Amino acid sequence: MSKVRNKQPRYRFKPGILVQSWLIQHLQACIFSLGQIIKNPLGSLLTIGVIGVSLSLPAGFYLILGNIDRVTEHWGGGLEISLFLKQDVELSSARKLAADLSGKPGVSSVEFIDREAALQEYRENSGFADALAGLAENPLPHVLLVKPLETLVTTGRGEELLASLQNIPEVDSAQFDRQWALRLFTIIELFRRGAVILAILLAFAVLLIIGNTIRLAIYNRRDEIEINQLFGATDAFIQRPFLYSGLIHGVAGSLMAWSLLAIAALLLQNPVVRLSSLYHSDFRLIQLRPEESLLLIIIGGLLGLAGSWVAVKRNLKDIGLS
Amino acid sequence: MIRFTNVSMRYAGNMYALRRINLFIEQGAMVYVTGRSGAGKSTLLRLVALIERHTEGQLIVNGQNLERVTGRRIPLYRRNIGFTFQDHRLLKERTLFDNVALPLVVAGYRYQEIRKRTQASLDKVGLLNKAKAYPVQLSGGEQQRVGIARAVVHRPALLLADEPTGNLDPALSLEIMRLFEQFNQVGVTVLIASHDLDMIRKMRKQIITLREGKLLTGIGQTLNEHDNEQGTEQTT
Ligand SMILES: Nc1ncnc2c1ncn2[C@@H]1O[C@H](COP(=O)(O)OP(=O)(O)OP(=O)(O)O)[C@@H](O)[C@H]1O
Ligand SMILES: [Mg+2]
Repeated sequence: MSKVRNKQPRYRFKPGILVQSWLIQHLQACIFSLGQIIKNPLGSLLTIGVIGVSLSLPAGFYLILGNIDRVTEHWGGGLEISLFLKQDVELSSARKLAADLSGKPGVSSVEFIDREAALQEYRENSGFADALAGLAENPLPHVLLVKPLETLVTTGRGEELLASLQNIPEVDSAQFDRQWALRLFTIIELFRRGAVILAILLAFAVLLIIGNTIRLAIYNRRDEIEINQLFGATDAFIQRPFLYSGLIHGVAGSLMAWSLLAIAALLLQNPVVRLSSLYHSDFRLIQLRPEESLLLIIIGGLLGLAGSWVAVKRNLKDIGLS
Repeated sequence: MIRFTNVSMRYAGNMYALRRINLFIEQGAMVYVTGRSGAGKSTLLRLVALIERHTEGQLIVNGQNLERVTGRRIPLYRRNIGFTFQDHRLLKERTLFDNVALPLVVAGYRYQEIRKRTQASLDKVGLLNKAKAYPVQLSGGEQQRVGIARAVVHRPALLLADEPTGNLDPALSLEIMRLFEQFNQVGVTVLIASHDLDMIRKMRKQIITLREGKLLTGIGQTLNEHDNEQGTEQTT
């Protein structure tokens, strides 16, 4: 038997070159993932398309709400609640109530209208002075003009304030001067909340879509994963291309969403201009500002990363080596 | 280099694939593992490569107790091992170059280094001219050689070859064995599982024989009494 004994091996156990440029490894993984997507464009395009539509809906609602806000911007400003106090409320307690209310949250200012002063004014301006002179008693109540904070109204909480004012014992009745505007704001607020819920649901959908795409990719490449592991790939090395793939799908999806919104805006621009000119307004559709576009892309990217991270954590354990 | 002390291995729910193996393989040795189909040859190699874990006993490879090689240490441990598979396991959609470069890519080598070593390795097995080909374009023997190039490209200290001459004709088998011999001569410890007894005898190297998971004959003097008894029991 020929034995190779006492021979100094040329290759000894050594930890290998571990600390190679971190950047190069990431670049490799990123380029590799891009390559995989380009190699199998159909599946990726499908995923990106679904993500694009899913992201364009909440982003579109965001834009619609932004446009509505611009239209209704000044509608909330002039609103006032008139509080008609009961006839038997004394001047002093009415003044006190006015002072109390001006400190109430959501109230911007309170103007007190003394019933005597009001009568006086009425006499002078109405031309019914003689008729009024005959009255034994002043028929007018004290009135408080409560001006709510504009933000309170535009976020749809004006009606709440109205209801709470109505419940004050001294108050006979409370009225908004423009009830319809209040209703509108309440409806807009409802719409806003609906949009938030929809956005959350669609974000979940994006997570699931990306998770599923990455899961399929992992299963399609399990041979490769196993071989990589067998030749000493770290978990990080194996996960990296999948995470990049998720990121790329997410970013591409948000670019798609951005394009869909741009196309929609283009299609709507002319009708909107025509409509607003009917109302003698120079209203133009607002579109995503650069920083909002960036945010959309970041959100898409983060969703992609999160979805692929979950898929990687859940599926890599099942395959590969022990 | 490799020391098995009462090592047993049982696949989940199955019978023992290896039973109370005692074995010492020196650094720089070239050893054949033989035995019938199902004797546990692949399992033995898989234990050393940490593809499977032994269930009993102690297994020490290059001073490392494999029970303590866990988590993040596993990849580092494996980077010092080259493995060739019974079924090649080349990646079909990658060129030969990419297949062979894999262990270097995994370890994070620079591209220049990867290219240099991969070409050298392909050259060694005589396939440099097919670097851009895909595995399906190769014959079985050529595929086997690509697997060998991949197993040595990162210059491992230990080379584990599972049936490297599986379906090859005798001439080609011998050629591949000579290749392993060359690696062994530069200091790589080589462990080859094979049932091709004719060829093994020609190579005149140390031989381990397994039968139904037990060590029938160990390496010369290193075979211990206990195993010998068990081995003889089995044969009678
Ligand atoms: N993954 C597995 N799960 C369960 N049992 C297994 C597994 N792999 C192998 N075995 C069993 O372990 C025993 C040894 O198998 P092993 O693959 O080591 O044999 P072998 O000597 O390499 O055979 P061959 O020459 O056919 O490759 C066999 O009885 C086999 O059925
Ligand atoms: Mg086998």
